Amino acid sequence: MSLDLPLVFAILMGAAILAYVVLDGYDLGVGMLMPAASAEEQDVMVASIGPFWDANETWLVLGVGLLLIGFPAAHGYILGALYLPVAAMLVGLMLRGVAFELRVKAQGWHAELWNWLFWFGSFLAAFAQGFMLGRYLTAFQQGGGYFLFALMTGAALCGGYVLLGAAWLILRTEGALQKKAIAWTKWGLLWVALGVALVSLATPLVSELVRNKWFDFPRTLALMALPLATLAAWLWVWRSLGRSDWKPFAGAVAIFVLAFAGLAYSVFPFVVLGWLTIWDAASHPSALKVVLAGVIVVLPFLVGYTVFAYRVFRGKAKAGLYGH
Amino acid sequence: MDAGDALLLARAQFGLNIAFHILFPTISIALGWFLLFFRLKYARTNDPQWLGTYRLWVKIFALTFAMGVVSGITMSFQFGTNWPGYMERVGNIAGPLLGYEVLTAFFMEATFLGVMLFGMERVSTRVHLFSSLMVAVGTTLSAFWILALNSWMQTPQGHVMDGGALIAGDWLAVLFNPSFPYRFTHMLLASGLTTAFLIAGLSAWRLLKAPADASAVKTLRAGALVAALLAPLQVFVGDLHGLNTLEHQPAKIAAVEALWKTEQGAPLVLFAIPNENAGRNDYAIEIPKLASLILRHDANAELKGVEEFGQDVPPVAPVFFAFRLMVGVGVLMLALAWLGAWLTRGARRPAPWLLWAFSGMTFSGWIATLAGWLVTEIGRQPWLVTGILRTADAAGRAPEAALGASLTGYALVYGVMLLAYIVVLTHMAGEGAKA
Repeated sequence: MSLDLPLVFAILMGAAILAYVVLDGYDLGVGMLMPAASAEEQDVMVASIGPFWDANETWLVLGVGLLLIGFPAAHGYILGALYLPVAAMLVGLMLRGVAFELRVKAQGWHAELWNWLFWFGSFLAAFAQGFMLGRYLTAFQQGGGYFLFALMTGAALCGGYVLLGAAWLILRTEGALQKKAIAWTKWGLLWVALGVALVSLATPLVSELVRNKWFDFPRTLALMALPLATLAAWLWVWRSLGRSDWKPFAGAVAIFVLAFAGLAYSVFPFVVLGWLTIWDAASHPSALKVVLAGVIVVLPFLVGYTVFAYRVFRGKAKAGLYGH
Repeated sequence: MDAGDALLLARAQFGLNIAFHILFPTISIALGWFLLFFRLKYARTNDPQWLGTYRLWVKIFALTFAMGVVSGITMSFQFGTNWPGYMERVGNIAGPLLGYEVLTAFFMEATFLGVMLFGMERVSTRVHLFSSLMVAVGTTLSAFWILALNSWMQTPQGHVMDGGALIAGDWLAVLFNPSFPYRFTHMLLASGLTTAFLIAGLSAWRLLKAPADASAVKTLRAGALVAALLAPLQVFVGDLHGLNTLEHQPAKIAAVEALWKTEQGAPLVLFAIPNENAGRNDYAIEIPKLASLILRHDANAELKGVEEFGQDVPPVAPVFFAFRLMVGVGVLMLALAWLGAWLTRGARRPAPWLLWAFSGMTFSGWIATLAGWLVTEIGRQPWLVTGILRTADAAGRAPEAALGASLTGYALVYGVMLLAYIVVLTHMAGEGAKA
């Protein structure tokens, strides 16, 4: 039996993108929440993501790298079509990455400026990612309705990241800041509920392909498990607020995993919706094999030292190095 | 739309990004090893001065690394947005090399950096030293993969054609292509020199403000000594690299030497204004036969001129000037490094003029490195992959307006980032090391 390499790469790429969205999602979310906190709280918030954010963003490079390696034709096409939102996201990531390091080293209005840029960069990157998702789901079609849809997915993803970020802060902080984070999580949950509902309803409207995949009895009944499970995760997060430190974050991650599974189901087996399947776009098996070998060897180490790093920095965050 | 303008914009944008990006790995590759040295010194001696030095430079490393990460992410996207033809044709080779860089090096650096930066109180000395080692190994491994790919683009081998695209026939031949050993060593030494001058320069800056700071004296001396050792090595490796280029990319050498006609006993052009239209040098100052002597080790040997290569030659003037800038700055660095190492021997106090000289040369490695990259990358034109893919054939379909708008955005952001980086480094170093 020969291995279906394009399928393996599609799964790996999906896993890397999901890992990115969850991991960088919480630190982008923390960035977006900055203006709602006091100066001392901001230092703790930044400290809570300090040891992780470099590695979190690396998943984006892996995701786009796997697209590049596994599906070069799609890589050029997708990134060409998303040229400006990609540029906006990159500018956002750069601003926040630099602001993250510089906000502690600056004083007076400089510090305020970097704080503001940290918020703005986080927001710009998150919104641009959601916008790209919307453009991607509609196969980059031009027109006002499609543009509105992308604006909506952009706003919805921002809500998702705020939820992740707030739940992360419940896990990693204590006292007054944690109380604030609980309130933020509620707002995040409402935002996400609205966003997911709107996007779920609108996606079949803007894409016939997605509509046919979901509204096909009796398969539709089985598929209803996904929205129901998402609803259950949502309720679980809401109920655990104020009672548990870790459940809100775990539940928020579950919401992301379920939403991602729904999107993956909508899109599969296409890499460019309605045009290029993963088998059409795959690169030569020789290239796929050599990278797969590397992935198999490296992945256990990668998981190992990632777990190690999270263990080293378990517990509640203190302002520490990122304090003024 | 004029296709030439779009190509020029795409090149300008990618060139700007890659030039901005390389500034930071150039520092972090070697700084990782310097940090390991500082950390080991502290572990051995328990001297709080070494701890302070480590703490100062680990912060500078984190900032440098962050700048490298964010500009590197940009690059991974620009391969697709600016050069789709590149990935379509050689993606089966470039993709795996970039993939291995991310898998084996990038994650490792980024994760252990967290432990190295914030974990000193949370893990044992042994684990912390190990984390510092992993960061240093990771940055060097990154350089290995990237330089292997870049060298393969300059001197490709080990590939076979499969339809319109290339696939690797022999991965070891791809990795260890003819120019790789030279380019990799040249880059590592460039990183060592750049970082040594950064450390010496910022320590000198500190000493100008606080002459009594003993740890700044130590780091100034360490930087000067490392630079004094690496500079002559770099001259030697650079010469070998040049000979290798003469063998595999003679058109690049013709441009470096501004040699228009094939000549026996070619002169070394010290200075000239290369005249592309007329195919000659104006206002040339030359030393007879020296180019032949340097490149062929025979004063009367033949060197091929630009005329030999038809259309497949790079623009002469930028390559010619960039090469002279690189060598000029390199010679200054060598001279100052030796002088500095000599004048600080036996814990002698450095004179203020020496401190000013080192401060002034803090970022000299950046200039030499960028100039060197301009030589090798412009010297590769009109090819993207020598003999296989022309730059013009790899460009994308992005509209000019989108390219122009994003180029402006990037330039603005890079300008702010670079300024902030330099200001913050100077400020942090000025405050000095604190245990």
